[in-house]
Amino acid sequence: MCLAVPGKILEVEEREGSRIARVQFGGITRPAYLDFVPEAAVGDFVMVHVGFAISRVNAEEAARTYELLEEMGLLEESEIPSPESDESMSDVRSPKSGAKT
Amino acid sequence: MRYIDEYRDARLAHALAAEITRRVTRPCVLMEICGGQTHTLMRYGIDELLPSPIELVHGPGCPVCVTALETVDKAIQLASRPDVTLVSYGDMLRVPGSRSDLFRVKAGGGDVRVVYSPVEALKVARARPERQVVFFAVGFETTAPANAMAVWQARREGLKNFSMLVSHVLVPPAIRLLLSSPTNRVQGFIAPGHVCTVMGYREYEVLSRDFRVPIVVGGFEPLDLLEAISMLVAQLEAGRAEAENQYVRSVCYEGNLPAQRLMGQVFEVCDRKWRGVGLIPQSGFRLKPEFAAHDAEKVFDLADAEVDEPPECISAQVLQGLKKPVDCPAFARTCTPENPLGAPMVSSEGACAAYYQYRRHVTGKSDVRSPKSEVKDGRLDVR
Repeated sequence: MCLAVPGKILEVEEREGSRIARVQFGGITRPAYLDFVPEAAVGDFVMVHVGFAISRVNAEEAARTYELLEEMGLLEESEIPSPESDESMSDVRSPKSGAKT
Repeated sequence: MRYIDEYRDARLAHALAAEITRRVTRPCVLMEICGGQTHTLMRYGIDELLPSPIELVHGPGCPVCVTALETVDKAIQLASRPDVTLVSYGDMLRVPGSRSDLFRVKAGGGDVRVVYSPVEALKVARARPERQVVFFAVGFETTAPANAMAVWQARREGLKNFSMLVSHVLVPPAIRLLLSSPTNRVQGFIAPGHVCTVMGYREYEVLSRDFRVPIVVGGFEPLDLLEAISMLVAQLEAGRAEAENQYVRSVCYEGNLPAQRLMGQVFEVCDRKWRGVGLIPQSGFRLKPEFAAHDAEKVFDLADAEVDEPPECISAQVLQGLKKPVDCPAFARTCTPENPLGAPMVSSEGACAAYYQYRRHVTGKSDVRSPKSEVKDGRLDVR
């Protein structure tokens, strides 16, 4: 119910006093209202929940977190057995399942 | 997808789990509040990846599960009226009321529609001025801004046939209740990342100080949750009790201010009954009096009946983290997603449904379901 999905703003239009974006989530695009993220612009990623963007993804913070994780992963590499299966888990969840609520 | 795939990297998941294993020296009980997080933990088998001193219990953060039985009955009453179109998020349709559910009302000819966004409910009201359109507004703080916007818009347009049956719930009062209970076992919380995207985490700072409990705002992907758990373990091992933020790519300290402003204009805080938990003071939102024309409780004369849950359902204890779904004698026997006794088996984010879907009940038991090969299905195979 509280799922919000990150998507990229492809274009923005004004309609009836609201800014509405066309947002790309993987292979699909959906409209999202930008009333709560007035600073968001084309090219930004936003978290979308029930048709409304609730935050603009902070790209710098995301990069910093991920670099820290990466660093730790490299340090760990020598100590742990490598996973037998696919390196990525990205295929287990269809993009659709997250987009609903 | 960007900001999703990279947080499902199996190698890093192993590294984080190894770090947690190295850090933890004593048993600790951690609770994730949000049903979406419960779902990720089960789906990717994170509970099984963690070292044994760490026990995960699951919180009441599924709005579908905690919407009071009385409120579900009111929605069913409304949907049964010939002049009403009831519009709802899909998950609510199969939630059992005391005698029926919305799905059965729909099958019997009731006008019940499922939408993805409250904006679509407004569209239905504009297109059908001869019908009373009622939106069943459930949700936590995450969903409140969108629902507030729908009512705000309806008033601005002077839409006379649009109202909302509001059952909004708030997370911090529920955490306060859990922590105040003499039976509480939880030593650290993963706070819900999207609730905090809207509200920030000032309120969680107060909770962590008042109860000396570590709280980490966490995201929804496997690496988010593992990192949040690692941060909680680090706090517990160091004897710290602070509110920290793991989900920095979406959450900032003060939250989304434009969203909070609109919520403050449309809603006011009220006492709210939670299914399976009971009345929690100051734990809900209702519409302010100036929106009475769009408040279904005021527009319609709705009976407020005393109703009982099925006695064999232990969802009350499950929702408070006192018991696991597998402790319930009805689980996977008389209670299944196809024939649920309680709401946590209905919603895909309910703890019971998550356990059922990811086969947590087959471990060590041969009588219930499915060969082992299926156990891997749908789970991120990080082991």
